[in-house]
Order: sequence, then C-alpha cells, then structure tokens
Amino acid sequence: MPNELSECADVVELVSAYLDGELAAPVADAVGAHLARCPGCTTYFAQVRSTVEQVRTLEADDLPASLRDDLMEAFRSEVRR
Amino acid sequence: MSAHAARADVREPDSELVTRLRSGDEAAFASVLDAWSAGMLRLARTIVSTEASAAEVVQETWVSVLRAIDGFQGRSSLRTWVYRILVNAAKRRAVQEQRAVPWSSLQLGDEPTVDPDAFQAAGEPWPGHWRTFPEEWPEEALLASEVRDVVADAVRRLPPQQRAVLTLRDIEGFTGPEAAAMLDLTEGNQRVLLHRARARLRVDLDEHVHGHAPSKAGGQP
Repeated sequence: MPNELSECADVVELVSAYLDGELAAPVADAVGAHLARCPGCTTYFAQVRSTVEQVRTLEADDLPASLRDDLMEAFRSEVRR
Repeated sequence: MSAHAARADVREPDSELVTRLRSGDEAAFASVLDAWSAGMLRLARTIVSTEASAAEVVQETWVSVLRAIDGFQGRSSLRTWVYRILVNAAKRRAVQEQRAVPWSSLQLGDEPTVDPDAFQAAGEPWPGHWRTFPEEWPEEALLASEVRDVVADAVRRLPPQQRAVLTLRDIEGFTGPEAAAMLDLTEGNQRVLLHRARARLRVDLDEHVHGHAPSKAGGQP
C-alpha cells in the first residue's frame, strides 16, 4: 500500500474504514497525514462522521403490542412443553 | 416460575441470562424480548418484503431461540446468536417470497462513491484533487428536528444489502466481523457495503443542508 496518499479521490473511499479504525496502520497514517493538509477531505470526513452520528440516533419502533403478547404466550407454551 | 420474578438486565452476563431462559424464567424472556425485538424487526424488514413478513420472522426467531437455547454453546454472544437465527429465518422467507438477493456471491466493484466530477481530471492542474471543496455543514443545520426524518427516509431508500449492514453496524452496534458472519458476507464486502451506505446518506444529508442535486455516483448495490 502507498505510504503517501496524494489524491483526494482515493482518500474519500477510505474515510469510512478510517473512521472505524479498520485500516492497516500504514494506510491509516497516510489518510491521517492527508487529512491534516487537505481542507476538502477534512470537511468530507467530518460530514461522514456526522452522518454516522445521525444514524446512531435513530430509534427502532417498539414491537407491536399484539406481537409481544403472542410471543409471551409462545414462551409460556414452550415452558409447558 | 413467577411473572413477578426479578426483571433480568440484558447487560448481565450471557451465562446468567441463558441459565434463566433455560429454566423458563418469564422475566428474563421479557427483558431480552423488549431489548432486542425492535432492532430485530428493523433488520428483518431489510431482508423480507412486507411488514407482516418481518413480524412473522421475528416471531419465528423467538420460538426457534426457545427451542434451541439448551444447545447454545456461547461461542458468540447470546445477542449475536439470536440475530443469526433471525437472519437465517428472514433469508429463508425471502427465498419463498422470491425476494432473495445475493449475499455470499455478491460481486462488488470499486465504483467511486463520490461523483468523479467532484475531482479534477487528467490534464487539469491537480488530477484527483477536489475541483471545489465540499461545502461545510453549519453546526446548527443538523440540530433541526426534521434531520432525523431525513436520515430515516434516506436509510429506508438504501439498497437492501447496504441497509442491512448499516443497520447492524451503525444502529445495532455489532462489529464488522459479527455483521459479516450474520449476513454471510465476506468482511471486505461488508466494509464496502457500509462505506457505500454512509457515502450515500452523506449525499442525502448534504442535499438537505445545501439543497444540492444528489450525486450521480451511487447506483451500485
């Protein structure tokens, strides 16, 4: 892998894995070095990170009450088996 | 067994939860049911075609869990084990519904996730560099209450595989290897799908914040 990443078009494809700490150390270092000197990629990275933070706030709907009742009843009948 | 038994904490060690479930502890079952079912329903929706099917898959999963709990060996966390049962049940259902999407055989190319026109071409002064920098998002832009609806809508519009991976990773908090194993994806494909999903959502959010037209890139699975 390159120890220097010069092209922004390559860096934007790595920021998601970079955010998750899933890049090999030399590649992560190269992405970090690029971000330190590239305002455009820094903005892009910040936006991907904000996007992930927004997704994390999504809450699931509650289980429909009738389904929950059915499942508790299924549990009781399994226990009786 | 008593319905008034102490409520189980889903953060308690799996070994205790499993012991309580095996002994028919209704409170323990209620606590895992309430803690995990909504997320399971959300994941099932990414694999099967209708809301009713997704609910049936969740129901089928819990019945399978109850019947198989004696055989749970703790090689993964209990929650991961339950989710794997769910994914398998959902995939079987998707096959019956002829909605099966390829998972293990998925061929993902390395199409760019950012519109290539955003970067300078060969012959320009700085090939591969931004033509113009992305416009920053004002901090207050993401605080507006409608942002959550924009994100939720954008997630719903993702291709099923991207939505499934994003749901497991960024909403349910599973690791990459866990998500890959559950969905029968290679870890590489799992990572690509997550990356594409996030890139696409970023475009949708950018469009919301700045009113841009959506990027042309992003027709891939």
